[in-house]
Amino acid sequence: MPAIEILGLEKTYHVGFWRKQAKRALHPLQLTVAEGEIFGFLGPNGAGKTTTIKMLMGLVFPSGGTARVLGGSISDPAVRAQVGFLPEQPYFYDYLTARELLEYYGQLSGIPGQERRQKVKAMLERVGLGEAGNVQLRKFSKGMLQRVGIAQAILHDPKIVIFDEPMSGLDPMGRREVRDLIEQLKQEGKTVFFSTHILSDAEALCDRVAILHQGQLRGVGAVAELTANVQGKIELIWSGTTAPAALKAISAELHVSGDTVRAVLAEDRQESALDILKQSGLRLISLTPVRSSLEDYFVSQVGPDKISAGAGS
Amino acid sequence: MNRRVLHIARNTFREAVRDRVLYNLIAFALLMSGAAILVGQISIDIERLVVINLGLTAVSLFGVVIAIFIGIGLVSKEIDRRTLYTILTRPVRRWEFITGKFFGLAGTLLVNTLCMAVGVFAALLYVSHRFQRADGWVLVALYFIVLQFLIITALALLFSAFSTPLMSAVFAFALFVVGCFSEDLRGFAAMAHGAEKWLATAAAYVIPNFSALNVITSVAHGQPVSGQLVLYNTIYALIYVLMALSGAVLIFERRNLK
Ligand SMILES: Nc1ncnc2c1ncn2[C@@H]1O[C@H](COP(=O)(O)OP(=O)(O)OP(=O)(O)O)[C@@H](O)[C@H]1O
Ligand SMILES: [Mg+2]
Repeated sequence: MPAIEILGLEKTYHVGFWRKQAKRALHPLQLTVAEGEIFGFLGPNGAGKTTTIKMLMGLVFPSGGTARVLGGSISDPAVRAQVGFLPEQPYFYDYLTARELLEYYGQLSGIPGQERRQKVKAMLERVGLGEAGNVQLRKFSKGMLQRVGIAQAILHDPKIVIFDEPMSGLDPMGRREVRDLIEQLKQEGKTVFFSTHILSDAEALCDRVAILHQGQLRGVGAVAELTANVQGKIELIWSGTTAPAALKAISAELHVSGDTVRAVLAEDRQESALDILKQSGLRLISLTPVRSSLEDYFVSQVGPDKISAGAGS
Repeated sequence: MNRRVLHIARNTFREAVRDRVLYNLIAFALLMSGAAILVGQISIDIERLVVINLGLTAVSLFGVVIAIFIGIGLVSKEIDRRTLYTILTRPVRRWEFITGKFFGLAGTLLVNTLCMAVGVFAALLYVSHRFQRADGWVLVALYFIVLQFLIITALALLFSAFSTPLMSAVFAFALFVVGCFSEDLRGFAAMAHGAEKWLATAAAYVIPNFSALNVITSVAHGQPVSGQLVLYNTIYALIYVLMALSGAVLIFERRNLK
């Protein structure tokens, strides 16, 4: 049984107060997440990731289609008991301390008293808030709130964890910790579904990824599968201060630094580039293949103009 | 009661307390003691009348403001700040959330009213040096006031299930004011003809009957309250609260969270 099945979920928002305009946030989406995998849900800002996740969690009702979680419906409390959820930019009751908040969530998830106290304590340690357990959340920094968010999502030991941008707001150490934590969750046999802009995180973690752009699915598969079809690149370095015009014409990037020139070009141009260098009498220093990354695939699907907007947060 | 409803109610109460809602009691205490001292000095016969009238009116107004303020505030805050996301994605049903909120708010108002009641009786004792049998009716008047609070809280929840906080507050205050004149509306409905009669009758049914729940003046004059009125008012308030909450749940079940 798949952990998550998205069967044609779609969403159209109606915006504007008087003359309502229809805005398609998500085209019918078909997606299956297998049990036990780490699945990355990628896309630039406004792609529809959060919209999909909110529909999946039953917070927003779809305009069409359905979704199944662990073979059931998310409207069933028994199914929700098996799911942990971290919303985007989470905000919590700021009049509670971290411990009180987790206690409350534990109660709502039906964890019995003694076990709950132990779990809360262990969870605070696990997300690095052991010291801050008795501090009111209004005094928490953004990254600390994000950690509380992760703690509440996994407190009740769910089978499926759905994170909307788990790394946002975290410092490099924090991001590393969350990465490790996601890997641990997989070790524990949980299914992790998370959205992100940070391609390197997805590349390092995910068994499979899906790429969403303007509400449409642009690709699904293992990172290696997706990047296999992207044309590889090579990097050429030679000594000199200029590049021959013929080489300029076929290079994607050219940088002159000191007395060396570095050019990046498509793999299939390798032969002609070497010929040009030889004819111009320039001395080659190095030739290295550039591994094609998820980012290349992302750019090829989404367009380079969108990347800069997406990579920021 | 359902465990989750209980937990949500308790957390709502805790939020109200930590948001310093009960600080209004300080203002109330100042008002009551000021009034008691003043009345004790100037009047001879009407101290009790003034203290009961003023005290119960103050209890009622303070409570109504708080009921609307926290009833709308604490719910819309959960929607606006999206704290609901991490509640409703747990094994919590939406009706449990609304019901839990209602009981938490009701508990807050109850505690608040109890403290105020103590204040009113203290002022009464101060001006007339001993309690009389008739003072027992003040308790009945207080009970009716609490019933009003429950109705207003349920209405506040109903409005905030579909409307903005500001609009909800306006609706709730308007209904409270109109509700206080519901007796007049009923009188008008009885006399009117045709379409007017229909409209007035319909309005008289929809608008909460706060006239019947207000026995402050008669209690201040030491008049008893009939057992029948207590029974009717109790049933009336329960039905009203139940309907308003059902409406809130029906709307909230279908609502997209932003
Ligand atoms: N409540 C809403 N009303 C109207 N339009 C909305 C609403 N929520 C989202 N949208 C629109 O739907 C589209 C998808 O938004 P969504 O939040 O799902 O994107 P996202 O992929 O999560 O982006 P980000 O990476 O910035 O979080 C956007 O164009 C957004 O403007
Ligand atoms: Mg988003």
